[in-house]
Amino acid sequence: MLAYIVRRILYAIPILVGVNLVTFALFFVVNTPDDMARMQLGAKRVTPDAIEKWKAERGYDRPLLWNGDAEGAARLTKTIFFEKSARLFAFDFGNADDGRSIGHEIRTRMWPSLALALPAFLAGIAVYVAAALTVAFFRATYLDFWGVVLCVAMMSISALFYIIGGQYLVSKLWSLVPISGFQPGPDALKFLALPVAIAVVGGFGEGVRLYRTFFLEEMGKDYVRTARAKGLAEHAVLFGHVLKNGAIPILTGVVAAIPKLFLGSLLAESFFGIPGLGSYTIDAIQAQDFAVVRAMVFLGSALTILGYLLADLSYTLVDPRVRFQ
Amino acid sequence: MPVALPTDWAVWLLVVVATGYFAYVRRHEHLAAPWRRVTRSGAGMAALVVLAAFVTVGLLDSLHFRPRLDGRDQAGRPVYGTEVRSVLDALVLPLRTRNERTYSAPLATRSFSRETIELPGGGVAREFQRLRYGGAHLEDETARAADIAVTALQGVAVAFLGWWLAAILAAAALARRHGIAVGAMWSEIQRGRTEVQWRAILLTALALALVAVPVAALAAKYHVLGTDKVGQDVLYLSLKSIRTALVIGTLTTLVLLPIAILLGIMAGYFKGWIDDVIQYVYTTINSIPGVLLIAAAVLIMQVYIDQNPGLFPTAAQRADFRLLLLCVILGLTSWTGLARLLRGETLKLGELEYIQAAHAFGVRHGRVITRHILPNVMHIVLIALVMDFSGLVLAEAVLSYVGVGVDPSTTSFGTMINAARLEMAREPMVWWTLAAAFVFMFVLVLAANLFADAVRDGFDPRVAVGARPVAAGAAR
Repeated sequence: MLAYIVRRILYAIPILVGVNLVTFALFFVVNTPDDMARMQLGAKRVTPDAIEKWKAERGYDRPLLWNGDAEGAARLTKTIFFEKSARLFAFDFGNADDGRSIGHEIRTRMWPSLALALPAFLAGIAVYVAAALTVAFFRATYLDFWGVVLCVAMMSISALFYIIGGQYLVSKLWSLVPISGFQPGPDALKFLALPVAIAVVGGFGEGVRLYRTFFLEEMGKDYVRTARAKGLAEHAVLFGHVLKNGAIPILTGVVAAIPKLFLGSLLAESFFGIPGLGSYTIDAIQAQDFAVVRAMVFLGSALTILGYLLADLSYTLVDPRVRFQ
Repeated sequence: MPVALPTDWAVWLLVVVATGYFAYVRRHEHLAAPWRRVTRSGAGMAALVVLAAFVTVGLLDSLHFRPRLDGRDQAGRPVYGTEVRSVLDALVLPLRTRNERTYSAPLATRSFSRETIELPGGGVAREFQRLRYGGAHLEDETARAADIAVTALQGVAVAFLGWWLAAILAAAALARRHGIAVGAMWSEIQRGRTEVQWRAILLTALALALVAVPVAALAAKYHVLGTDKVGQDVLYLSLKSIRTALVIGTLTTLVLLPIAILLGIMAGYFKGWIDDVIQYVYTTINSIPGVLLIAAAVLIMQVYIDQNPGLFPTAAQRADFRLLLLCVILGLTSWTGLARLLRGETLKLGELEYIQAAHAFGVRHGRVITRHILPNVMHIVLIALVMDFSGLVLAEAVLSYVGVGVDPSTTSFGTMINAARLEMAREPMVWWTLAAAFVFMFVLVLAANLFADAVRDGFDPRVAVGARPVAAGAAR
């Protein structure tokens, strides 16, 4: 078991290196720091001096990969690749274009993101599993048919509509909760109730439809027929056998998503004015702050890889049929 | 003078490929069989009719030209305008040109907010002014409701008549082909017992006609969906958005397919280190959260476009180039899922006897892949193609909202929503732009989803022809 975990972790390292190289190529090779500087300073009427100054302030004035002017190991370390990309491995993100520390921002903004993402995630799973079990119980009836129709219809609605419509209906028309904003502490509840509800409704169609497939696949198997044949009640079959086995594919997807909860949600956070990592990323994209986008790409990838790792491990833990090789 | 924007080339190339595929399938029974299963699905056929309507609008909007201006230059050659228009623009000319000053509600005759006007005797007043075009033909505004009702009813009558004629003609043509009486054919259609689900097709066509014809009749006199902040007709904007959505949904898959097919089959066929390398590449790309990778790539592209303004003579070409690049970026970031599916299927196929036999006969690798593997994984490719479409249409709106989507000057559902999202806060609220964008998008995506489901059911080899076991059938 331990050997398996170690091997999986080792396997994650080259992928992380690959991600780092991809971001490096995207941000520094396709466009030079000069291009970035010109873009930030306003494309026209920029003096070379201003560009040099901009680059020097942010440490972009070094060579990309090899510094011939420096001595010894500094030849490799006094380069953009080392200072901007390799340091990401130590989760040292440097400063944003406005001079603030990205690492500090991430540490403070992580919690509001989590406060929105975690309840939405847990409530989502509970609701989708319950709804999927219900339609699976009533399979091949009108309830099942219309349930699937509802799911397909809900999948076809844009996520933007759920947010804009929800804000209009609940906040503006009924005045139940504030339209946007955030406060830490117990007050957060009234700000988070609507975004959490919208997140659950928005993912309903896709979630229920997927989980229903998992359950129905299990229901077609021989052991379920055996359970029915020996006279078990339908609810015993459903909760005792189908739910447990159908939960295995659900679990893999769910566990893989856990680390990414820290990243928050791009759309919900920016619409509801929640100061999390999602709105941080959107602001950075709109301000074309390459340092922040680069940091978020790396952080997001690292968390995704961690998610895959956890998913594999949980799979082996839950399903005794899976052997670690 | 005709102008072909880069995406026009791609769109028409796609049409040629699709036509070629259709002709090829018709001549091969084993390829036509799954499609015949698709035509038996009522929901699938209804969705196809709706999609066809959208595609028609999109294709009309993909024939571009520069209008000829009056007069000639010194050499006697005709002079062409710099603005690029499409055939759709020419067809709905009144919608494009009859702009109001600012917001107006659907079917309104007066402006949405008070405007300051100078009174003839000096002094100013603020009042709701008559619109320049919306309902301008009415002498008496109180007749508006009656006029709208009469126009709409005329539209409904025309739609019903036209549909009736078309339905009778279709039934007659079918009856001739099957060699039975028209009445018998009609009752077969009515009961939904025909091989192709003609009942669903005709009913959907009727519903479409009942919406489209009255709207068209009203659009000649009013702004059916109102006007936006700068007075553009929202119906026109919605129609223009269709092309953008279709281009993103289809061209992205055009970019994605060659990469996914090549790498997926290579990984599954050659195994060994080639498999390791390809798996490594797609795991890496897969690890980067999609939106962030797209955002990063689009930001980089934006820098490139800004640095090279000389490449694009007109604003339309620059916007179109950005649309094309967006498709390329979306394609380059989303081939991994299909590649993984193809790798798995190829691994499975490689163990089968007929592939082993081909190897034993000394058939070359390239030939084994093109003759034996590729045709047998095509159903996966096709299913992925139709399944991806709806997701891409939805993604466009989100990306445009985030600011990494299409060029702000390109009309799309995303830019419409983005421009209109602050209007919800106005008092009284301006709801029609958002509503129009969401309704058009919903209909398009719903049709795409239903069609995708029908295609998947038709092509899934697990679905037995005719009989469907309850458990296996319900599992989808």
